[in-house]
Amino acid sequence: MSLSQLNRPLPKEEVISLYKSQGKIQPRGVEGYFSKLRWLMVWLTQIYFYGMPWLQWGGRQALLFDLDGKRFYIYGLVLYPQDLIYLTAILIISALSLFLFTAVAGRLWCGFTCPQTVYTEIFMWIESKIEGNHMTRKKLDDMPWTPKKFGIRSSKHFVWLLFAFWTGFTFVGYFTPIRDLFIEVKYLSTGPWETFWLCFYTFATYGNAGFMREQVCKYMCPYARFQSAMFDKDTLIVSYDKERGEPRGGRSSHVDHQALGDCIDCHICVQVCPTGIDIREGLQYECISCGACADACNSVMDKVGYAQGLIKFTTENALINRWTKQEMIKRIFRVRVLIYGLVLTTIIGGVLWSLTFRNSFRIDVVRDRGVMARLADGGMLENVYRLNIMNALEEGQHYKIYVEGLNNIVVDSDNLEPNKTIAIKATESRWVPVRVQIPDGIEKSGSHKIMFRIESEETHEIVKEKSTFIVPRN
Amino acid sequence: MNDFINDFWPTLIVVISLGGILGCALLLWKTSKTKVTKSKDGTSGHVWDEDLKEMNNPLPLWWVRLFVITIVFGLVYLSLYPGLGRYDGQLGWTKNKQYDKEIAEANKALEPIYAKYAAMSIEDLSKNEDAKGIGQRLFLNNCAQCHGSDARGTRGFPNLTDHDWLYGGSPEKIKETITNGRMGVMPPMAAAVGNEEDIKNVANYVLSLSNSQHDVKRAELGKTKFTTICAACHGADGKGNQLVGAPNLTDNIWLHGAGEANIIKRIHEGKTNQMPAWQAKFTPEQIHVLTSYVWGMSNH
Repeated sequence: MSLSQLNRPLPKEEVISLYKSQGKIQPRGVEGYFSKLRWLMVWLTQIYFYGMPWLQWGGRQALLFDLDGKRFYIYGLVLYPQDLIYLTAILIISALSLFLFTAVAGRLWCGFTCPQTVYTEIFMWIESKIEGNHMTRKKLDDMPWTPKKFGIRSSKHFVWLLFAFWTGFTFVGYFTPIRDLFIEVKYLSTGPWETFWLCFYTFATYGNAGFMREQVCKYMCPYARFQSAMFDKDTLIVSYDKERGEPRGGRSSHVDHQALGDCIDCHICVQVCPTGIDIREGLQYECISCGACADACNSVMDKVGYAQGLIKFTTENALINRWTKQEMIKRIFRVRVLIYGLVLTTIIGGVLWSLTFRNSFRIDVVRDRGVMARLADGGMLENVYRLNIMNALEEGQHYKIYVEGLNNIVVDSDNLEPNKTIAIKATESRWVPVRVQIPDGIEKSGSHKIMFRIESEETHEIVKEKSTFIVPRN
Repeated sequence: MNDFINDFWPTLIVVISLGGILGCALLLWKTSKTKVTKSKDGTSGHVWDEDLKEMNNPLPLWWVRLFVITIVFGLVYLSLYPGLGRYDGQLGWTKNKQYDKEIAEANKALEPIYAKYAAMSIEDLSKNEDAKGIGQRLFLNNCAQCHGSDARGTRGFPNLTDHDWLYGGSPEKIKETITNGRMGVMPPMAAAVGNEEDIKNVANYVLSLSNSQHDVKRAELGKTKFTTICAACHGADGKGNQLVGAPNLTDNIWLHGAGEANIIKRIHEGKTNQMPAWQAKFTPEQIHVLTSYVWGMSNH
């Protein structure tokens, strides 16, 4: 060991806290292209969300997930809990869309359409209308509790809660008819679970959009954590053009402007950031790609007479290679994007195909366990079954039942209408006991495969369901 | 079994539960601060795999508070509910009490529906579509296991759709049967009847009552034994006695199997057949609706 190494001072040790209070972020308001785009998405998503439960479809709510009645009404469709596969499909499609979207355009979802962002945007708008801009808000934060501060704060929270309640009310309105719910809320006569969920979603919105905000994105959102797996060097990110901007510096009269880059170090990009980062330090996990810094920087560049785009949506490769827009677009068609796209299209196609050729009713056949087989009048051997007939149409249907698979096999039921059909009401699911007979002695003992064939009188659709016929040992 | 009723296991559970919570609290406190080597770039100075460096990204305090809340919640929960060994909890909660409470609530919610039906006669109720639907669901969930989904029974379990009733088919009798259950007993009669020949003769006489296939000569010979022994329950004419549940032997309905061999077997072995009582499970109003469903099946 050399002398110089021994002489070097030992690294200093210090005690640091692993827990830290997160300061409140008061982002500066921003205007510009991306802000307009975000507000457009806010309007689109919220008009759909708040308006949809009020839309009627053939005398009922167009979108209603009736958990009590176990029926899910989606425009013209009536789904049963047995149709759970479609929920799975929707979740897979959503996930794959996010993958595809992320591979192409990074965290655009986070910055423009995620409910967390959308509601935070709305809540911040309310906040700025009541409390003023970020400077006055900061002042208000530091102020002692005077009656004036109390008045401003309580009116903000009142409006927030009002808006949050409307959100909770709308959400519950997807699960219980919203028009009835409205009347119940008006007369304060909501049921215990309705009350619970109304309060739950009110406080979830109030808490998430009013208080948690960027903390949700930074510490709670799982999607934000695994997004990096879908990123590559051609993924759209918000980036600061270091080469153009550095060395940064203020444009005071006593500095040599020629020696400086385009960044005037005004810090506005930092002030507008809703997650409180400095984009000039490069891509960070907190960045939700909202483009607020790009908007802010563009307006500053306009003011000082420089070209826009010092902070912009671009890709890592495009920034290094100074690509044009066309060259960037060309890079969209790369293997991972094509694979995500192909899988997504296949699944969407499959779901559409399945929904188009879906039967308007379902059948379950359950053999009686207590009665294996018995002798009936006329030397017939009889098995008993229960058919669960689920009508997914909003009109009553008549079903004819046939059984095939054994010689001289016949089916009968005590629940037949005069025209020998079984009548099932609109969207009704009913258990119907039926008897299946064959002449005794013509089949050997054991279990025989049979097939129930049920035909709708109205739609002429046919559903087949397998079962067994038991012939006992003598 | 002794392992589970001595004091070791409850004590272990208390130690694990409280120890776990205490451990979490300790961990939370112990990991609040750490000693690091100061470096310019904000990392701890540790480097792995050539370029992986460790930074301090402190846990937000609100998250720490959530941990504190779970610890407090856990302790409050364990003091209110059973969870610590043999300790019953302040609230005295048990799953049986909760079950009884939920059943009582459900019955209370259903009360207005059943009250309407309870006021109606069995005859009227059996024509009411909604009551029939409720009756059928009650039947499918509780009675169909023995009597079959279509109520036509099987060997040993009576068909409820024919007009053959062991204990009577009036609404009152059906209600009595469902409420209190029935226990039908035929003692083994072989010793009383006599030798194998006598038994065979009686069996043929029984078959003759319903005009089933039988040996006329044997039936003739068996008649006396029947009228002196079997008639005590089944009646001199063989039409049975609903007061004791003795089946009618003249209607060609054979609950325990048709034919000579089956009848001989019954004379030898007798038969004890039970229908359980349902008054503990159903409310009287539910039994009323169920009765109307069962009565309706053979009367419409």
